[in-house]
Amino acid sequence: MAKKLKTVHKDLLTLAILAALYAVLAVLLYSGAMSRQLMNMLIPVSMYVVMAVSLNLVVGLLGELSLGHAGFMSLGLFSGCLLSLFLNGQVPEIVRIPLSMLAGGLVAAIGGLIVGLPALRLRGDYLAIVTLACCEIIKSVITNLNFTGGALGLNTAPVYTNAKHLLPYAAVLVLITALVMMNLKRSKQGRAIMSIRDNRIAAESVGINVTYYKLAVFVLAAFFAGAAGALYGHCFANVKAVSFDYNVSIEILVIVVLGGMGSIGGSVVAAIVLRTLPEMLREFQNFRMLVYAIVLILVMLATNNPRLKQFFAGLHPGTLWKKWKAGRIKEKEAGSHE
Amino acid sequence: MSIFLRTFISGLNLGSIYALIALGYSMVYGIAKMLNFAHGDIIMIGAYTGIVAVMNLHLPPVVALIVSVIVCAGLGMLIETLAYKPLRQAPSLSVLITAIGVSYFLQNLALLIFGSEQKAYPQMSGLGSFTILDVKVDGITVMTLAVTAVIMIGLTLFINGTRMGKAMRAVSEDRGAAELMGISVNKTILITFAIGSGLAAIASAFYGMTYVYIKPTTGSMPGIKAFTAAVFGGIGSLPGAMLGGILLGLIEQFAKAYISTQWSDAIVFAVLILVLIVRPTGLLGKKSTEKV
Repeated sequence: MAKKLKTVHKDLLTLAILAALYAVLAVLLYSGAMSRQLMNMLIPVSMYVVMAVSLNLVVGLLGELSLGHAGFMSLGLFSGCLLSLFLNGQVPEIVRIPLSMLAGGLVAAIGGLIVGLPALRLRGDYLAIVTLACCEIIKSVITNLNFTGGALGLNTAPVYTNAKHLLPYAAVLVLITALVMMNLKRSKQGRAIMSIRDNRIAAESVGINVTYYKLAVFVLAAFFAGAAGALYGHCFANVKAVSFDYNVSIEILVIVVLGGMGSIGGSVVAAIVLRTLPEMLREFQNFRMLVYAIVLILVMLATNNPRLKQFFAGLHPGTLWKKWKAGRIKEKEAGSHE
Repeated sequence: MSIFLRTFISGLNLGSIYALIALGYSMVYGIAKMLNFAHGDIIMIGAYTGIVAVMNLHLPPVVALIVSVIVCAGLGMLIETLAYKPLRQAPSLSVLITAIGVSYFLQNLALLIFGSEQKAYPQMSGLGSFTILDVKVDGITVMTLAVTAVIMIGLTLFINGTRMGKAMRAVSEDRGAAELMGISVNKTILITFAIGSGLAAIASAFYGMTYVYIKPTTGSMPGIKAFTAAVFGGIGSLPGAMLGGILLGLIEQFAKAYISTQWSDAIVFAVLILVLIVRPTGLLGKKSTEKV
């Protein structure tokens, strides 16, 4: 019971920090104190947070490797933006943008259902290649259709708006995504999903419907990715399907892994750091991606080094506190013996 | 009929290149149990090495190919020692991310050294061409097919006939048991990387002579296609990688010739998904039975 309360508190804290962060950003943005560079990054970084948190559901909770998340984002982006273009001028922005996000999410969720079907038969690296293949198929289909603008890209200039208009929607989407994931993780359904990750056969034998949960995870993750994609499309005047290839999926996967599997707060922090770092390193120009690659390799080597792991675990506040307490008890015992 | 034959030959040509790359993917997967995402970028490094060797050092093409094989094999061993070996006990996703990091590193290193504009791969002239049934066949195509066939036979003999090949099969079967039998797992994996990367260098030469232009991101698409081919045939299986590569090349060229150039990639991936739904471990992959 106490543990459950503790995790609830921890989740509430994460949510509160996120909300506070957006409140500060909103104050900075609307008072005009925010730099142009940060303003341009605001919405894309927020959307990457949503992408990472939703992919974490597939990779972290369900334990399946998906390399197709960019495909769902792309599906949501194009369907959402097409709806937004259609409704433009007919309904006010406050209805149009949420509607387009919902539409983007629903179309992506259908995509998630279709991609999730082969996932029922495949696992591991075979599933990874199938999700990657689906992402590439989505990319070629959108590039070759007429109403999505084809290879030239979709002209979204009429619905293009800046961060000042989009920030409330982005903040709400980030908070909703985080809230849903947190609740799911603690719910019966979430525990069922994690039990599939830990031991599929054991989960099946205690009556957990593996098919249902696997599909549900793919659909839910795709929904959020699609909604994020729809909003993401509104920050550009032209969107091309080719910019959402497997490299984007890999980028999101890197965020999830660096942030920590199954950790929502970790995904948020990693998304912010990894998306802003390359922008901050702009002055190093060509070297920045090289540095990024080296940092990525070194972080992986360091986090998997048993000796370093022990060292960092020793630095954790909780462990330090325990050590200190143990020390005090020993001191007291030593004192009482005298 | 002549369109069919021409497509068939170009499909075999492309398929041979995919097969050579897929062999490297599959060997590394089978023995080190990891997806080496940086494998595609080894091809790019091999191609640039070939360009430098011929254009700047004025070496004859065959010597340039040997230099490129040595450079790539060395690079493969270096990557394995520095980046993958310390992660032998780590979760597979960490290894995958490291491989992605290596891939970014190689691409950006090439970008810094050679710049972003594409460079032409030196073409081998004097191979001539001949005609069968009204179809002109380039000498280079014949050479690609012949060399790939020789390599495939050689590799099969090596894996099945030599001590090292036996060690490789043993490590791939059960790493722990192999180690107990006195096989040096690290050495076996190192040699696997050297062979895989060397094959990628040979593939890079054929790729360069077929597609001419090379840039720092050249390796990623053939890399992904070869990965697809390896999975198609059943990852970890060498005959599977050969079959998968050649079939993938054929499907791609036939889709381009008879259906649509733009849709060819989508068709290739759709066929892959269909095959995997019917046979979840690929065409020649081992069926794994799950034990409780």
